[in-house]
Amino acid sequence: METVPEPGSNVPPKKDRLQTKKKKPRRYWEQETTGTAAGASPGPPRKRKRNRELRPQKPKKNDTSKKFRMSKKPRELKSPRPQRSLSGAQDPFAGPAPVSVEVVQKYCRIDKSKELPHPKTKTRSRLVVAEAQEEETSVRAARSELLLTEEPGFLEGEDGEDTAKIRQADIVEAVDIASAAKHFDLNLRQFGPYRLNYSRTGRHLAFGGRRGHVAALDWVTKKLTCEINVMEAVRDIRFLHSEALLAVAQNRWLHIYDNQGIELHCVRRCDRVTRLEFLPFHFLLATASETGFLTYLDVSVGKIVAALNARAGRLSVMTQNPYNAVIHLGHSNGTVSLWSPAMKEPLVKILCHRGGVRAVAVDSTGMHMATSGLDHQLKVFDLRGTFQPLSARTLPQGAGHLAFSQRGLLAAGMGDVVNIWAGQGKASPPSLEQPYLTHRLSGHVHGLQFCPYEDVLGVGHSGGITSMLVPGAAEPNFDGLESNPYRSRKQRQEWEVKALLEKVPAELICLDPRALAEVDVISLEQAKKERAERLGYDPDARTPFQPKPKQKGRSSTASLVKRKRKVMDQEHRVSGHRGRAGHPKGNALLLAPLASSTCHFSPVSPYPGQNPPEPGAAAAEAREGQAHGGPAVGPGQIRALSQAPGPRRNILSPRPPVGNYPSLE
Amino acid sequence: MNANQAAESLLASNQQKELEDLPKDYPLSTSEDEGDKDEERKHQKLLESISSLNGKDRQKLADRSEASLKVSEFSVSSEGSGEKLVLSDLLEPVKTSSSLAAVKKQLNRVKSKKTVELPLHREEIERAGTPLEQEIFNLLHKNKQPVTDPLLTPVEKASLKAMSLEEVKMRRAELQRARALQSYYEARARREKRIKSKKYHRILKKGKAKQALKDFEKLQKVNPAAALEELEKLDKARMMERMSLKHQNSGKWAKSKAIMAKYDLEARQAMQEQLARNKELTQKVAASESEEEGEGQEEEEEPLVPDLVNEVQIKANGLNPWMFRNHFIDAKEAEVQKDLEDPAEPEAQETSESEEEKAVVEEETLLKEFEERRSLRQKSELNHMAEPVHRRVTKDPSSQEVLSDLRALCQKLSTENHQSGKQELSSARTAQREEPAREEEEPMLLQRPERARTLDELEELGREGCVENEELPRTAVEGLQLEKNLSNHIGAPKEKKRKEQMIDLQNLLTTKSPSVKSLAVPTTVQELEDEEERDQRQIIKEAFAGDDVIRDFLKEKREAVEASKPKDLDLTLPGWGEWGGIGLKPSAKKRRRFLIKAPEGPPRKDKNLPNVIINEKRNTHAAAHQVQVLPHPFTHHQQFERTIQTPGSTWNTQRAFQKLTMPKVVTKPGHIIKPIKAEDVGYRSSSRSDLSVIQRNPKRLSIRHKKHLENNCVD
Repeated sequence: METVPEPGSNVPPKKDRLQTKKKKPRRYWEQETTGTAAGASPGPPRKRKRNRELRPQKPKKNDTSKKFRMSKKPRELKSPRPQRSLSGAQDPFAGPAPVSVEVVQKYCRIDKSKELPHPKTKTRSRLVVAEAQEEETSVRAARSELLLTEEPGFLEGEDGEDTAKIRQADIVEAVDIASAAKHFDLNLRQFGPYRLNYSRTGRHLAFGGRRGHVAALDWVTKKLTCEINVMEAVRDIRFLHSEALLAVAQNRWLHIYDNQGIELHCVRRCDRVTRLEFLPFHFLLATASETGFLTYLDVSVGKIVAALNARAGRLSVMTQNPYNAVIHLGHSNGTVSLWSPAMKEPLVKILCHRGGVRAVAVDSTGMHMATSGLDHQLKVFDLRGTFQPLSARTLPQGAGHLAFSQRGLLAAGMGDVVNIWAGQGKASPPSLEQPYLTHRLSGHVHGLQFCPYEDVLGVGHSGGITSMLVPGAAEPNFDGLESNPYRSRKQRQEWEVKALLEKVPAELICLDPRALAEVDVISLEQAKKERAERLGYDPDARTPFQPKPKQKGRSSTASLVKRKRKVMDQEHRVSGHRGRAGHPKGNALLLAPLASSTCHFSPVSPYPGQNPPEPGAAAAEAREGQAHGGPAVGPGQIRALSQAPGPRRNILSPRPPVGNYPSLE
Repeated sequence: MNANQAAESLLASNQQKELEDLPKDYPLSTSEDEGDKDEERKHQKLLESISSLNGKDRQKLADRSEASLKVSEFSVSSEGSGEKLVLSDLLEPVKTSSSLAAVKKQLNRVKSKKTVELPLHREEIERAGTPLEQEIFNLLHKNKQPVTDPLLTPVEKASLKAMSLEEVKMRRAELQRARALQSYYEARARREKRIKSKKYHRILKKGKAKQALKDFEKLQKVNPAAALEELEKLDKARMMERMSLKHQNSGKWAKSKAIMAKYDLEARQAMQEQLARNKELTQKVAASESEEEGEGQEEEEEPLVPDLVNEVQIKANGLNPWMFRNHFIDAKEAEVQKDLEDPAEPEAQETSESEEEKAVVEEETLLKEFEERRSLRQKSELNHMAEPVHRRVTKDPSSQEVLSDLRALCQKLSTENHQSGKQELSSARTAQREEPAREEEEPMLLQRPERARTLDELEELGREGCVENEELPRTAVEGLQLEKNLSNHIGAPKEKKRKEQMIDLQNLLTTKSPSVKSLAVPTTVQELEDEEERDQRQIIKEAFAGDDVIRDFLKEKREAVEASKPKDLDLTLPGWGEWGGIGLKPSAKKRRRFLIKAPEGPPRKDKNLPNVIINEKRNTHAAAHQVQVLPHPFTHHQQFERTIQTPGSTWNTQRAFQKLTMPKVVTKPGHIIKPIKAEDVGYRSSSRSDLSVIQRNPKRLSIRHKKHLENNCVD
């Protein structure tokens, strides 16, 4: 019952359908003039379409098309003759900008290596569409990286020179005035060791001294917003979602002040708080107390979401994983426990040290955790499932405070010295062999934080506050809509509303946030079972093959069995064939276990037996890197300088771009 | 009297005045106040002196008006009286008597005699009078100890210069730790000594004997001279045994057994055993000597030389005296080296001596059991890591008995050796080292945090400090490995598994790292008081760190695993089908029959991660937000998951998001939507077309419609 094709069109119907599929749908309000009988299908002419469309052709074979799109060559293929504009001038860069495959890979979220159970035709078409969409979006995301113009700064010693020997004074001398102004010391000797916190935009700094001194300031302009003495010991201080609100863990209770220094709340349910953490996307203030409770306070509604008893004595070490908002607590028995408000027990418990844990820090990608313990060891753990140490080293005194920068630099405060280690790229763990920078302070370190979007490390110590320059610490590009250091008050208010609307529920905090994009298999199975019970049979179950009874003595038992066997074999063959066809690379499949095993034993491999980096990390970057308004100029990174001081030492020279892609965020 | 009264009245008035004055200068500073008091006192003194001018009765007794600590037994206190109390006044009797004159004179003499000034004059110091003094001075000079300036010796000064502040601090911390550990060892040794179980001691002794035998064997191969010496000791022990009546049937116990032996088979056996033992012990070691003869040629010249000389000789025989010194002095280092070799060695031995090993293994396991039970009972908080060392420490006291046991075993072994005729040369350096290590263990621990005398010592100390750090966990690992080997023999898979896990953990926690290089070491220049305190606390914590952390964690993990396992369902009804009641339990068969075993769950995620406990509980709160139903065309959840991997605007660029969310049907207000025509779809028009129903793209026509359409077309 094939339809007879129209005589006017010579094309076979199949191809015709293909073409129509590709075409942009014609809108009914668009001109009906094209309704010529000759035209097999309505729609605009092909040329116009080509101009508009990003992806020229529906790829038949995925592999080739990918190559085509991503290398430079295909541009010529796409538009062999460059378009002419009205003025007659040629567009030298016609077509979409090229993007490299690696960058696109970074944004790909579908793991194609995973085998899917053989889909039906309908489902397959859906899957194909989804894959195409994903590819396109990842290409777009990769292309948007062009808009990230800023590059991170760095220090580089001249042929084998140790960067750790470079002093702050040298750096200050070498950089421009604006950057040099970011290095400063606040001498505040009366009010004891200081804790400090930068706001999420990196523009504001709040610090609280042990003896009650609390102050907040715009540290770039050095404009003081408020300064008070709370007449009580201050344990920790933290900005809430914006710089307008300030949580201070005082001796007794938790207090919240506004940027005028006016006390807004005294939260009595959080008492004897030692450490504070703010989860910005969930609007949760996590507090760890002396009584051993981890309390989550929802600051948007003022309710306590969860109060979890850690059952490990006094809690004085806490940090958050910025990737999945899980809270890490360090205990005196050498373990680090990971918490979510949805669970009463820790999600994971890791034995890290022989002695108690003194400090914990998690990097911005959520892949690495650095811990330091009473056994004087500093370790970097892999957080992606295995929780095994990647590297470790013994420090002479042990680090009391740790902090990761946005680009993965690790700072450790030991006594009155701050050491900073750097890794290879953004997502790589810091190598603990050689420190990147060291700095000696006038007092004992009491608080450490890297300033977001600035190459600055803030150190609170017993002698006050020190703001150090650490080239290459922060992300050079910021997302103007997410955290804009230059936002006005109005913008901030608008952002606040939007952020509140997009607030993530607290119960969604889990170890692997990608798991939320998965179907809940258990309840699915449960529902299926219940349905089967209700109906009295399982509608999805396949009835076993029952050979029809035949006449004339051909329905003997033997033949029945034979027929049954035949059908079974056939099914088996089909499924087997399917399985083989499912693997595009049969050899790779064979090799896979081997490769994994070798990986497991090789000491060089940084992630023994591990899956590739989380797609979520890339996703997070993509999220940050939407670059809606186009990235603004970075708030004053320490830029690579060509006029380095003298030939002897070339402090800030451009680093080769190997493995140092300008990432988003 | 008048004067007195007058004075009193004066005083009273004065006080009154003061009282009047008080309100005026109320807000006085404390210093002024004190000044006032001073004046008052002076004033009173003046009054008193005036009153005393009167003469006669100035010796007034101070009456005790209020409680005071200074109460003289003669009720003479110096406070109240007008004058200072002089010693001679006390001694002066009411009437001068001749009997006290002698005492007085004596006192005077004492008074007049010059006391010894404490810092003596130089000459006095230098002068050495008595021979003892001379000797002392001699010693002092020899060791460059200061005679005059007691503050610092030149050596100490030098050492002070050699050490920087941080070094000293670090070293001090190390020493403190060592002391803490030592106290542990001591406590533990004491505790073990107090163990009363005879069985335990017997097994311990046996184990030691076997160990000694093994050591001896090794020694025989490596250092025949030393072995010979040992042999001599054995011989001596044999002699002692022969002299004593210990294993003859003459003791109290033996006699009692002898009475019982007639009726009791066990007693008879015990008696026989004892006799056999006696025989064993008193037998001469013939085999080993014959063995020795071949190689003992050179030593035959001097077997009668005293031990001390022999020892020196041994030392001289060694290749490098420095190496030897290291062996003996840096016991820890030797241990570390031994550690390196150890993992290979036990296996080599195992292969060779598997037969004897079995017996040894059994006993050692018994020993282990003992220890475990004990530790469990007492819940000791002592350092778990120190175990192997303790064992070594406790070895020493009962060495004599060990020797006698050793002999017997030695004989057994030699006979066996003869039978098999095999002799394998295993590297016996361990045996050689073990003993020096044992000897040196205590001195190391007893070391006080004294300042090191010389630079060499300083260096050594530093090295030791470094070594010590690694040593502790290593020994533990070693011990565990040995245990593992043992359990290999027994074939206890479960325990082995656990041990392996533990070893992993150990390795995990003792990851070595590069030495400190170009790292600014923090100095402690200024420390606030509380900070110092905190430092102190931290040091204490460090000293106690590592206690049972691993064991606790493993225990916790085991509990977590147990808790997460699905529970078996027991449906047995006691008393059903059999007798029931108090003290009666349903039979095992019944229980087995009615026990519904829970299905084995999926393997835990942390199965192969010894240092991790991953919570396997389901997060129901998050699950509420997950998709719970599969949409229509999908048959498997993985298929559907693949289509929802690119969510929302937060994860995509704006353009991409817009494109993703573009509606399939776009309408524009103010425009008429015309019904679709057959021409639009590419078909011939027909009068009976009912396509007006379809407003969409032909692509989206449902199959039913298409069929309909086709029918129409055919028509």
